[in-house]
This record gives sequence, C-alpha cells and structure tokens, in this order.
Amino acid sequence: MKGLQHRYCIVGVGNTAYGRNPGLSQLGHNVTAIRAALDDAGLTTADVDGVLTKTPTSTFPGLWSTRVAEALRIVPKVCATIDQAGASNIGLIQFAIGAIELGQAEVVVCSYGDNPATGSRSSYAAPKGDAALAGLFGAPSAYAMAARRHMAMYGTTHEQLGNVAVAHRYHASLNPNAQFQDPLTLEDYHNSRWLAEPFHLVDCCPVSDSGAAWIVTTEERAKALKQPPVYIEGLGQGHPAWDFHRRGDLTVSGARVSGEAAFRNSGLGPADMDFCQIYDCFTIVPLITLEDYGFVAKGEGGSFYEEKRTHLGGELPVNTSGGLLSETGMPGPHLIIEAVRQLRGAYAETERQVEGAEVGLVSQQGGIMTTHATMVLTNQPA
Amino acid sequence: MVEPQTTDRSAKAALLPAPTEVDAPFWAGLHEGELRLQRCTACQFYQYPPETFCYECGSTALEWKVANGLGTVYSFITVHQRYHAAFVDDLPYNVSIVELDEGPRILSNVIGMPSESVTVGMRVQASPRPLTEEQSALYFERAEG
Ligand SMILES: [Zn+2]
Repeated sequence: MKGLQHRYCIVGVGNTAYGRNPGLSQLGHNVTAIRAALDDAGLTTADVDGVLTKTPTSTFPGLWSTRVAEALRIVPKVCATIDQAGASNIGLIQFAIGAIELGQAEVVVCSYGDNPATGSRSSYAAPKGDAALAGLFGAPSAYAMAARRHMAMYGTTHEQLGNVAVAHRYHASLNPNAQFQDPLTLEDYHNSRWLAEPFHLVDCCPVSDSGAAWIVTTEERAKALKQPPVYIEGLGQGHPAWDFHRRGDLTVSGARVSGEAAFRNSGLGPADMDFCQIYDCFTIVPLITLEDYGFVAKGEGGSFYEEKRTHLGGELPVNTSGGLLSETGMPGPHLIIEAVRQLRGAYAETERQVEGAEVGLVSQQGGIMTTHATMVLTNQPA
Repeated sequence: MVEPQTTDRSAKAALLPAPTEVDAPFWAGLHEGELRLQRCTACQFYQYPPETFCYECGSTALEWKVANGLGTVYSFITVHQRYHAAFVDDLPYNVSIVELDEGPRILSNVIGMPSESVTVGMRVQASPRPLTEEQSALYFERAEG
C-alpha cells in the first residue's frame, strides 16, 4: 500500500454504556451503537451500504453482520464478519477501505457489541487438552506467562506493572462513563488478591457489556457531514499467530510488524504521535506494545510508566479514557472511539483533552498477543 | 503443587483426553514412564503436539523417539484463583512452559517444590504420574545435578 493520503475518514462514532448493562441484547448493543454513530455523523441507515462486524466473543454466533444489517433494516452491498479477535476492530476498517476502493461501498459501518457480563458466556467454556490438564484456565494465566518472561528477561517489576493499572485508573477517574472511576494507589495494587502470579486481580481488565460503532467513508463524503473528519493515515497488521507457549519470543507482540506497516504507510513515526490508545487487557501488554512500536527500547516499558510519562500532560499520554483496565473490558473498540474524540477536541477545556492533539495511534490485539493491528489517525487535512 | 493431589485424582483424570490414533504412542510412553516425541524422518524436526504431518516441512513420514526428558523452564505462573474443581487442593500451584531439549515447548507443572522456588531458566526433567489405571499425565521436577 502506497499510503492512505487523507482519502478515508472516520466520520461517526457511537457506543452504549459500559459495565453491566442488562437492558440490551448482543444485537441491541450493536444496533444502538450503530444508530448513535450514524446520528453523530449526520447519516441515516439509508446512507449505509456496508456492514462489517466482529463476532460477539461470548457466544460466537455465525453470520453476525447479516443479522446486524437485518436488525437495522439495511440491505448492504458489502457485509462480512471477521475473526482476528481484538485486532478485528481495525481489521474491519482495512476491509471497509478495500471495499470503498473497489467501488463496492461508500459508507461502511463497523461495529462490535457483546454482553458477556449479563448474558451468556457459552464460548468461554473450560478449555481441554494440555492447558486444562496443567490447570491453566483463562486469559489472565496465559498473559501472566508473558509477564513473567518479560520480568525474567528485562527486570520488569511488580511495581512497574502496578504503575500501568494506576495510570490508566487515573485517566478513568476523569471519565464519567468509565466502569471503574475510583482512584487506585500502588498500595491498593499490591493488596489486590493474586489471580495467577505475577498478576493480581487489578492487572486484569473486567468482563463488560457494551457496544461500539465507527463509520468509515471517503474524504469527499466526509466534507459534507456533521463532524470534523478524522483521517485514517496509517494501517498495519501483525500476526505472531502461534499458540502463546510455542511462539518464538513471548515478550514480543505483533505490534512490531503492524506498527512498522502503519508508520510506513502514514509517513509518520513514533515521535509524531500526540497520544496512544493501546489495547490493555492486562498490565503487561502496554509495556510490550510501546517497546515493540519503538517508543522505548525493549525492556524499558516499565520505567516509562514509572516515570509517569504516559499521564495526560506527560510526553505521550496513553489510554486517556482508562482503557480496557478501567474504562471498559470490552475488547478494544472504545479505544478507536476515544482516539476519534480526542482528535475532534471533544474534551476541550477539561483535564482529559490531550492539548493540541493532531496525530494519535490506536493499537488493537487479540488472542494471547496472537493478532495485532495498528492505526494512525490525524485531524490535519492534507 | 508438591504432588498432583491424590484426594481427587479422578477430577484431574476427567481432564485427560482420550488417546487418538495419532497421539496414542505419546500416552503409552508416559504411562511407561518415558516421554516420547514425534520426529520427522525428512527434516529431523521434533514436534509436539503429535500430528499427521510435520509442522516444519509438511512431510507425513513421522517416527516416534524417546526424548531425553530434560528441559528448561521458559516461563511459569503460580495460580491462586479457583478456576477448576480439579485443582482446588493444589492451590497455589505452578504452571510452567517447559522448553524440551529437543525443541518443543509443553505446558505442564513443575512439582516437588513450591512454585515460588521455580525460576525461569531452571533445568527440569519429565516425571509422569498415573492419573488412572491406564493413563498418566506429564509433570516435571527439578533436574538433578
Ligand atoms: Zn519435517
């Protein structure tokens, strides 16, 4: 790809409430978020010709996008559901741009919605095979293996992991919609019970209900819409792919490859980023991700957090909404929404706004750092 | 865990997979106290889990070899959370990624010592334990010497 060159924009974003949200079904979360995103953009369902979603993880229903389209009374020209776990949220945008580029669609809605907190979690059934026989259950245990390896290789400390939880909670305390808004101290962190050492409970994101939607269209179409356009400047994918315990180096994520690709096709680099929204399902992940992107050298993610350089007002604000750890445990889509809102200046005159933000990065990943996608956004026209 | 707890070994046995045509030699080996791995006769690659083809080169000419049973702890965790009834008596217990000398990495438990004494890089040796009359599971202990 030669570069996106300001040709595609995110023109509308919407979400349903975070946390335990029993009033909406899985379909309800998708539909409500999409309708909110259309309102935000100044569009209606009649304008939509593409519907792309990620399957709700808690039950993994088939043909999900077609069901979402039907529930919106849309008969789309392009409709697909993709499975890259958390990386899908950006993967959908890549697919949307491809469809627009081929002339198959012009206004594409992307969405993810699920209700694992109050609905079924049938697809989270107990694992089988070696993991079960060894007593390894759940994502925290697998990510804790990556954390332990990182600690052994680079001297990363519990204290440094704690700083991630504390920093993201601090940002969530400025976010009236966050699931966890009460401040967290390092002492609270150390007192949090062990789940799978080296992880305490607060090293892990919660299980949350919510829906989110974001709308992609062309720069030309964006000009006529309600919101200032946010340009998609760079996209990248990276797929370590192999099962976590068999992968070459468990301390390296797909961010290395996907970041290189996104920086290359945006013509920008880490130094140009005014903020990052990084998939932080567990405290170790932002450290590894920042290292793999090249914001810091390998192994130095922990001290970067410890020195509070990721705080709002610091040199590189990270997860200004509170992220998965504190805003919502939804797997990533709200990070795209937060990036768009920051670039619109939606929090102007409040502590949460990244002052003068012009360029931001969104990192999405899934599985056990098995998939990865990176997006660079800007509010600056060509 | 010091030993896989015997108070409810049947609960762990329920997690044992039924051996298939492909992996039966692995399970038979464990029950006889040895670790057997598939090796590709075309490229000499050792692999785990067993498959019908070589992950490295695609050849279907695979043979079974007895591994030396030694490996190194690549990473480990100590589980404190009650995730499954079969492990309640073991809490807190160790789960390790063991890198075998032959190459493959396996998820297993280091037993015979408290998990907090395990270290990344520690040498371990295979130490299968029977969970039923017919089938054993793979555990590791600190290697001697
Ligand atoms: Zn081979």
